[in-house]
Amino acid sequence: MAIELPPQTADGTAPSAFLDVRDLQVHFPTEDGLVKAVDGVSFTLEKGRTLGIVGESGSGKSVTSLALLGLHKGTRAILSGEIWLDGEELVALPEPAMRALRGEKVSMIFQDPLSALHPFYMVGNQIAEAYLVHHKASKKEAKDRAIDMLKRVGIPQPERRVNDYPHQFSGGMRQRAMIAMSLVCNPELLIADEPTTALDVTVQAQILDLIHDLQQEYGSAVIIITHDLGVVAQTSNDILVMYGGRCIEYGSVQDVLNHPEHPYTWGLLQSMPSLSSDVHTKLNPIKGNPPSLINLPSGCAFSPRCAFKDRVPGGRCMTERPELRPMAGNDQHIAACHLADDEKTDRVAK
Amino acid sequence: MNTTESSPEQQTGSVAQPGSGENLLEVSGLQMHFPIRQGIIFQRQIGAVRAVDGIDFAVKPGESLGLVGESGCGKSTTGRLVTRLLEPTAGSIRFDGEDITHKPVATMRKARQQLQMIFQDPYSSLNPRHTVGTIIETPMRLSDITPKQGHKKRAQELLEIVGLNPEHYNRYPSEFSGGQRQRIGIARALALKPKLIVADEPVSALDVSIQAQVVNLLQSLQEEMGIAFLFIAHDLAVVRHFSQRVAVMYLGKIVEVGNRTDIYQRPRHPYTHALLSAVPEANPDGGGRERIRLAGDVPSPIGPPSGCRFRTRCWKAQEKCASDEPPLLQISGNSAGHLTACHFPEEPSITARDEVIILDPALAALEE
Repeated sequence: MAIELPPQTADGTAPSAFLDVRDLQVHFPTEDGLVKAVDGVSFTLEKGRTLGIVGESGSGKSVTSLALLGLHKGTRAILSGEIWLDGEELVALPEPAMRALRGEKVSMIFQDPLSALHPFYMVGNQIAEAYLVHHKASKKEAKDRAIDMLKRVGIPQPERRVNDYPHQFSGGMRQRAMIAMSLVCNPELLIADEPTTALDVTVQAQILDLIHDLQQEYGSAVIIITHDLGVVAQTSNDILVMYGGRCIEYGSVQDVLNHPEHPYTWGLLQSMPSLSSDVHTKLNPIKGNPPSLINLPSGCAFSPRCAFKDRVPGGRCMTERPELRPMAGNDQHIAACHLADDEKTDRVAK
Repeated sequence: MNTTESSPEQQTGSVAQPGSGENLLEVSGLQMHFPIRQGIIFQRQIGAVRAVDGIDFAVKPGESLGLVGESGCGKSTTGRLVTRLLEPTAGSIRFDGEDITHKPVATMRKARQQLQMIFQDPYSSLNPRHTVGTIIETPMRLSDITPKQGHKKRAQELLEIVGLNPEHYNRYPSEFSGGQRQRIGIARALALKPKLIVADEPVSALDVSIQAQVVNLLQSLQEEMGIAFLFIAHDLAVVRHFSQRVAVMYLGKIVEVGNRTDIYQRPRHPYTHALLSAVPEANPDGGGRERIRLAGDVPSPIGPPSGCRFRTRCWKAQEKCASDEPPLLQISGNSAGHLTACHFPEEPSITARDEVIILDPALAALEE
């Protein structure tokens, strides 16, 4: 048996958490140029905690999650950086070893359960398959396990429904079956990529509560990827806001949503109507459109849409890319913005 | 109390007040049953999808009525019936004092000048082979309307109104982003100066930061041009922001209708309570709202539950709910124009109650 060496990270420091992502980059070479879908994202996550990754389409949030599962292997994507999961590095991990982890230690709930479930196979068999790949068990045991999982996620009459095909399930039930499949091996890291975007609001509330309650029971680490700040506020401990492939704000949900420090985060919070906002004032939208990832604006990627760039002396927003730095003396709350603290006084408090 | 569909109470209490003359759009008893057929040569009807099953509402000039509900509740079908993209199986639609329920296609074109639609998907609702100018001019050409400044000038004016560059007149839809395409769709709807626009999920396909831009645009159009809107959306916060009155639909029926404050602050129907409590708010500290988690999904509209359709998911359901269908009435405690179809209405408040209502069996087991 080989002697286990301590993990060797690039800068020599040991991984500081259960999941430690350092300077992750995912680039896609295309005919039009290099698409920097993810360009240097770092975060950590402990077991039993939930991280919400928020961003618009094209901000790189889904590409990040696919990298955690090693699903860019075998594509033209160029990965760099480090992903440390429980002392093991995933970016350089060969595919067979990744296969052993996938589904067992890391698993994923996809956005659209209708296309993520195979239409030809019974739902129960698809759940049992995920179990059989990682466990020496008989088909009967695996099926019992599938029935047990369907019961846990709240499918009525699981003994009968286990033999149904995906089209016989409603949208909410399909998403429950996806959750059952991803939890069948008790994963330590669960990634949910827009798990409720395709669902109605009442079903969304059920599914989000279900993910939360199951997490409490299994003690796994959860990453929820969404464009909805409301979903993050209801489910997550920490929040990472992405824009143009980079992290622009990162901190606890309370800090980021109650005291947002990046103009993009303020903009998102102010542009969304809520059930308690004043209906007689106009919404305060963010100007312009999300940037193209091939031609990112120089300097801060948000600068062309930012209403505050004139307050930074010397036009630095257009020339110099801001680095993530602690905000308001709080090491746990970082944002990438040149704007000085005393220039943020008149932003609308949320 | 009368509980039959044609009770006098319901007639007087109903939102549509036929003959009152001041409503721009009056819909009564509107019904759309899509037949389910079986057989290859001799097809016979074996059932019907009861997408819209007898609804009444009215829209006043310049007013916005929001239509909310979960997918499959019939809100989009209602929009398509009102614009007569579908022919209703029963009921009547009066627009601008004229009955358009079964108007033939040729004469319907005339009425559609006043009655336009904005579609949900800005990608599939614009012809990719037509330039923006052609797209916006087509409604004018089809109606044989020549504005005095000419088609091109008018199209460019419209582009400017919706916040696009008039010089982009000759570009194709593929050269625009989702938000800009939705603006093109809005410009097309405005081309004939309509009195009513049916907007079917106009912002739900757009990115979060773009949604507010389009909502603001629609709101300024409503204020400046006095256009009435039938605003169909599943996002309750957007509907609250845009609509003066709101109707909540469930399985082809309107279960509650009232002005914005009534629906969002003093809802009476349990379903409205459940919908509102399910909206995730970007406030990590909760906000002291009630917590209701329904079980399962909306039942099929092919064989909807008897009596009150919400009873299969309702925590207050009793025997009466299965036998008697509750009429849409101004129940005691409601302000004028606030109608609720429920035998056992809730307290008019949305603040947190003593106990949470968890009907989902899996959640209830996990939270014990």
